[in-house]
Amino acid sequence: MADGPLIPRDRSVHPVPLDPDYKTSVVRAPRLPLLSMDATPAEETGPRFGASLIGPLDNNLILNWTKGAAPAIGERILVHGRIMDQTGRGVPETLVEIWQANAGGRYRHVKDSYMAPLDPNFGGCGRTLTDEAGRYQFLTIRPGAYPWPNRGNDWRPMHIHFSVFGHGFGQRLITQMYFEGDPLIDRCPIVHTIKSRAQIDRLVAPLDMGQARPLDFLAYKFDIVLRGLRQTMFENRPEGM
Amino acid sequence: MVQKLDWLDETPSQTAGPYVHIGCIPSFAGLTGIYPEDLGRSPFAEGAEGEVATVTGSVFDGTGWAMRDAMLESWQADAAGRFPGQAGADPKVTGFARFAADADTGEFTLRTIRPGSVLLPDGRWQAPHISLWIVARGINIGLQTRIYFEDADNSADPLLNRIEQRQRVQTLVAKKTAPGQYRFDIRLQGETETVFLDL
Repeated sequence: MADGPLIPRDRSVHPVPLDPDYKTSVVRAPRLPLLSMDATPAEETGPRFGASLIGPLDNNLILNWTKGAAPAIGERILVHGRIMDQTGRGVPETLVEIWQANAGGRYRHVKDSYMAPLDPNFGGCGRTLTDEAGRYQFLTIRPGAYPWPNRGNDWRPMHIHFSVFGHGFGQRLITQMYFEGDPLIDRCPIVHTIKSRAQIDRLVAPLDMGQARPLDFLAYKFDIVLRGLRQTMFENRPEGM
Repeated sequence: MVQKLDWLDETPSQTAGPYVHIGCIPSFAGLTGIYPEDLGRSPFAEGAEGEVATVTGSVFDGTGWAMRDAMLESWQADAAGRFPGQAGADPKVTGFARFAADADTGEFTLRTIRPGSVLLPDGRWQAPHISLWIVARGINIGLQTRIYFEDADNSADPLLNRIEQRQRVQTLVAKKTAPGQYRFDIRLQGETETVFLDL
């Protein structure tokens, strides 16, 4: 549980809700302003998931689809990092879920009909709990780029979707991790729903040779910052004081 | 130069995309068996205190189309207004549910315990409500809203009372369709656009 009120979200770091270059957003973005109020207990509490939820292969996407029987095909990578709040403190024991396409850019989803084949040994989802310092890690294969029906010839950069809980429901966040050096990042209208170059760069994971294992896997580091908590300076004061 | 503030920026959101189910509700995407069961299938266990309420609805885009690829999460208090983890909370209420719009009809269903009123730190009471978080392809940052209940006294709720255009309050109130049954439609755009929150 959070130990103080959540600080308001700074919407300027986030994507704009309506961006004509990302066509689906045009009919799915509210037109009216959001209603603001101080966070309430509903935002400052949130679901907690215990270690008993997590199976031994849940954070290993190379092996979890076949229960260890056969590895997925592709570039073997470790993706690791830290979940922290806006004060820089690690968020311990929080659930991190990821999903991604296979090495050829194909998703294992009933709605994906891209011609690249499924990998019989790859499912594409994983989950883990952060440790006491907020760290997490996944072993997976690097996803491929894939085309999507937006403008005439749009391709998503290689990416991994991340879903993070934090300790309060108001910290809930879904984002995407991109890979250092991918030339498709600059051409992607979903990436560019974020209007600040500096904020886009925060979604690009650097190659991390320090955590790569020789003759086994490369590594990428991806840290995530969730909303922070104010200190409780004054409580129980009438509104407007 | 002034001193430097040391707050970090929150990581920017990105859309959950059309395949969000792979990661969050794998069996819905066709990945049955990767986990023993999908997370947040029910926000309560049998034997929880209180009345069961079933809320059905759709998420409509700006053209009036019921979206087939939306994912929703809900978070709420128990029948006495206590959130899981708070002292005295009903251990049979986990408070969290995750559910998807049906791929054919676009309709979602949330079967839950009707929450109690929740106290704010300043002493005011909030009417019974369920927090909702909605993500989908085309939604760049998750949308927060709340379900209130038509057959509750909502007159003193601090959040509803902040809505200037009083006719918009109704967009947050689930309509009773039968005993224990409610309808709650979400409209992303248009004349009856749902009130979305920044809390």
